[in-house]
Amino acid sequence: MYQTNYVKAASTDEAVGHMSSGGQLLAGGMTLIPTMKQRLASPETVVDLAGCGLSGIEDTGDAIRIGAMTRHVDVAESAVVQGAIPALAALAGGIGDRQVRNRGTIGGSVANNDPSACYPAAVLGLGGTVHTNKRDIAADDFFTGMFETALDEDEMITAVSFPKVAKAAYLKFPNPASRYAMVGVFVAAGGDGTRVAVTGAGSDGVFRHGGMESALDGDFSASALDGVAVDSSDLIGDIHAAPDYRAHLVREMAKRAVDAC
Amino acid sequence: MPEGSTKDGIGASVRRKEDKRFLTGSGRYTADISRHGQLHVHFIRSDHAHANIKSIRTDAAAKADGVVAIYTGEDVAADGIGGPICGWVVTNRDGSPTNEPPHPILANGSVRYVGDHVVAVIAETLQQARDAAELVEIDYEVLAPVVDLASASEGVQIHENVPNNMYFDFELGDEAAAEAALAEAATVVELEVRNNRLVPNAMEPRAAVAEYDPVDEAYTLFTTSQNPHLTRLVIGAFMLSIPESKFRVVAPDVGGGFGSKIYVYPEEAVCTWASKKLQRPIKWTADRSESFLADAHGRDHINKVRMALDANNRITGLRVDSLANIGSYLSAFSVVTPTILHAPLLSGCYQIPAIYTNVKGMATTTAPVDAYRGAGRPEATYLLERVMDAAARQVGMDPAEFRRMNFIPKDAFPYQTPVALQYDIGDYEAPLDKALEMIDYKGFEARRAEAAKRGKYRGIGLSSYIEACGIAPSAVAGALGSRVGLYESATVRVDPTGTINVMTGTHSHGQGHDTTFAQIVADKLGVDVGQVQIIHGDSDKTPFGMGSYGSRSLAVGGSAIAKAVDKVIDKAKIIAAHLMEAADSDVVFADGKFTVAGTDTEKGFGEIALAAYVPHNYPHDRLEPGLEETAFYDPLNFTYPSGTHIAEVEIDPATGVVQLVDWACCDDFGNLINPMIVEGQVHGGIAQGVGQALMENAAYDENGQLITASYMDYCMPRADDLPDFKVDYTVTACTHNDLGVKGCGEAGAIASPPALINAVIDALSPLGVTDMSMPASPEKVWRAINEAGKAQAAE
Repeated sequence: MYQTNYVKAASTDEAVGHMSSGGQLLAGGMTLIPTMKQRLASPETVVDLAGCGLSGIEDTGDAIRIGAMTRHVDVAESAVVQGAIPALAALAGGIGDRQVRNRGTIGGSVANNDPSACYPAAVLGLGGTVHTNKRDIAADDFFTGMFETALDEDEMITAVSFPKVAKAAYLKFPNPASRYAMVGVFVAAGGDGTRVAVTGAGSDGVFRHGGMESALDGDFSASALDGVAVDSSDLIGDIHAAPDYRAHLVREMAKRAVDAC
Repeated sequence: MPEGSTKDGIGASVRRKEDKRFLTGSGRYTADISRHGQLHVHFIRSDHAHANIKSIRTDAAAKADGVVAIYTGEDVAADGIGGPICGWVVTNRDGSPTNEPPHPILANGSVRYVGDHVVAVIAETLQQARDAAELVEIDYEVLAPVVDLASASEGVQIHENVPNNMYFDFELGDEAAAEAALAEAATVVELEVRNNRLVPNAMEPRAAVAEYDPVDEAYTLFTTSQNPHLTRLVIGAFMLSIPESKFRVVAPDVGGGFGSKIYVYPEEAVCTWASKKLQRPIKWTADRSESFLADAHGRDHINKVRMALDANNRITGLRVDSLANIGSYLSAFSVVTPTILHAPLLSGCYQIPAIYTNVKGMATTTAPVDAYRGAGRPEATYLLERVMDAAARQVGMDPAEFRRMNFIPKDAFPYQTPVALQYDIGDYEAPLDKALEMIDYKGFEARRAEAAKRGKYRGIGLSSYIEACGIAPSAVAGALGSRVGLYESATVRVDPTGTINVMTGTHSHGQGHDTTFAQIVADKLGVDVGQVQIIHGDSDKTPFGMGSYGSRSLAVGGSAIAKAVDKVIDKAKIIAAHLMEAADSDVVFADGKFTVAGTDTEKGFGEIALAAYVPHNYPHDRLEPGLEETAFYDPLNFTYPSGTHIAEVEIDPATGVVQLVDWACCDDFGNLINPMIVEGQVHGGIAQGVGQALMENAAYDENGQLITASYMDYCMPRADDLPDFKVDYTVTACTHNDLGVKGCGEAGAIASPPALINAVIDALSPLGVTDMSMPASPEKVWRAINEAGKAQAAE
């Protein structure tokens, strides 16, 4: 790690102020800290968000609103989330290991948009809304590429809202080594039709699969996905899974998610 | 047999004495040790697999804050510092010696793997050393890497004196006899297997703290070593020319090694060398990335196997042609591991009249490869137990019965194999039968059918292994190229109050010696284990010993302790006879008491200890005062643990995931001292074998970059990957050590990979699958299922 300055912001406004002078936001630090330790990141200042009052889970009627600094363990164990969107609680409970879940936050995960992270699949699969200090961004507009989001330079996530849906499930095939999602599929069926979001597999990060969504709109059953093609040309290939294997797993995890709904 | 006996003695599952400090975070590891005024060293490592160093510019770095010194290979050469030596070499087929290239502790002229040590930057703080390292400019002329083992001989030459990138070309056995058996065979079974490359992944990374005392002109090195005396000998005598009497090496608590901490590495030598140059202590602790890049890796063989069977399916011959990846330099036991520790194991548990093997040790631009838990025996066992299953399948026999009919029968011992070893004792059917019963082998087909109803492929796989522990005797090892002896030493010091200190030349880095060795002493002397303190790991405190590896500590080190205790008892008996005014021959020692046969006269062990140190009434005409004895024990033969492991798996055809659902093993380790510790060793060994078979793989890309250089990509086994193991034992006591023990540290890692891969192949065999390489990753298994499905559809 290089020498760095540390400030603990007391409010969202203060944190955003530090951003304009080159401050790097620190949420749970599950990606930033290891990256800094490897000397792959060298922020002049890290801005700790723990004092900004951004933790908490709220039932807003037709949605669940989760503060950006809410830890995975809190989402996983929340009776509110478990009751309203059990698939979301289960997803949070399956992220990383106990240590990660006790530090990592939803805002950090969504802002980082790691192509293998679980939360982006929930945000996109449920058609959630990302609340920032400036605006509300629909999930479909938020994730713009691998590690890329619609956030401006002076914009930070304050909360994420997830609409309550009729049924949903997330199935993950973990990378054997890291246990990040090698393929994760979030299936949600609500009033606006079925949404299928895929993480871990796409070269541009999380994506929706229109073919599977249409098939499931016609017949919400695992067998409806049997004939649906999953194009491997835009999928990640690495030592753990070539694109064609990932494509196969996308359909397989989607089928299992449908069965679990 | 042991003379005394206590409830904590031999055979009792005494809780580990050392666990209090480990479980409360109170262990004291090298990184926990800091010396006043210490400096920190950071090593700049090669980013290239193979390159010439054109220039190194250090002037900017030397001016950076806190920097005290920057050393390169030129400084090492100027001081005449030698490199780590190869501890065991072999003679080539043509009679020539092993090609031994130099291994400078800082690269001089060329780098030969990613992670090779190039520059040592020493500063007041580690942060300053790392900052300054970024200011060092190294200009490389990049050369072609040599990564692929199969074609290594055709690659660019890596070392000046290693033509064709071949360090050695070893053979063992009778080639003509093996070829004749193959020519006359009713069935020839052919198989090529790859023993995948592994990173050792000890929980504690390597570390060193070196200190020079200018008054005594003496060095102290704290280091993560499995054998501090060998480290002292190699660094002192071969690298830095330090008199051994002026060099203390301490290996304090060490958090696992699996072989990787046997060897002397450049880092601890640089620390020791620089501690005198700078007159300041020097500290280094590897980070996990350095461990991946520069700890000696394990395995990495390609084995071509041909087995001959007669018309009755008895094995008549075996030929194995192997390529062993030795990597960029010859690490201490890199040559012996794929040769002397591999080739003589090729007879396994079986009567095989003719065996021949050739092993070529190849240089590549990858990290050095050396012994890793099992060291040669896992590779031998893997190829043999794979070909046993392939043979059984080819001739249509049950794999258990095929093994049984080819076992060396229990009345055939001592048994001379055609590959040098003479097995002293064994009974291979007993553990096979027990393991088959433990896993309900007869009920397997019903379980397979039940799994099929759930859409899963279920398979079962066996491995009946033999291994050789406690390499011996030293004279034979010397004749075979060893540059070290293979005895072990112990001093048993009885204090005046009757407490006992045992100084052993072995080293515990997780094996529980504090407890097991104390049990031996407690049992023989009839005292409580709490009275026995085991001291190891400090060259100033312990007699010269060879350390711990090759499951040798109990069979060799424990035997040395037993011998030293016997000497103590012999002396104590004479003292007791004197005190009780009896003839020596009338004194009996049992349950911690000396008695005179036929009388009620007795003396406790403590009384005798006191008399030895307060010798007012003492047989001065016959004995010196004191009660302290040292023994060196050089075994007559290897010990030969054996057994059968059986794995049962279920495969999800939709994902290729192999789930390990059951495991039964029955091992013959001879007598057990502490069954709980033995079971722990078996569990850990199996877990590592499961890792090798299903998950672990050290992969380099075509440029020689290690692509599995962190836990993000290098897959380790975890607790939830493993079923509850069913573990049991049979016993044939070793015939040539007093304890009748054989060793248990590596058996699990040796036996398990072929059992697991055989189970995977068995599960997929209804599809026509006959081969699977390690690791059997989900993707690989899924492809095998897919391709088999396509092949079946085409038929």
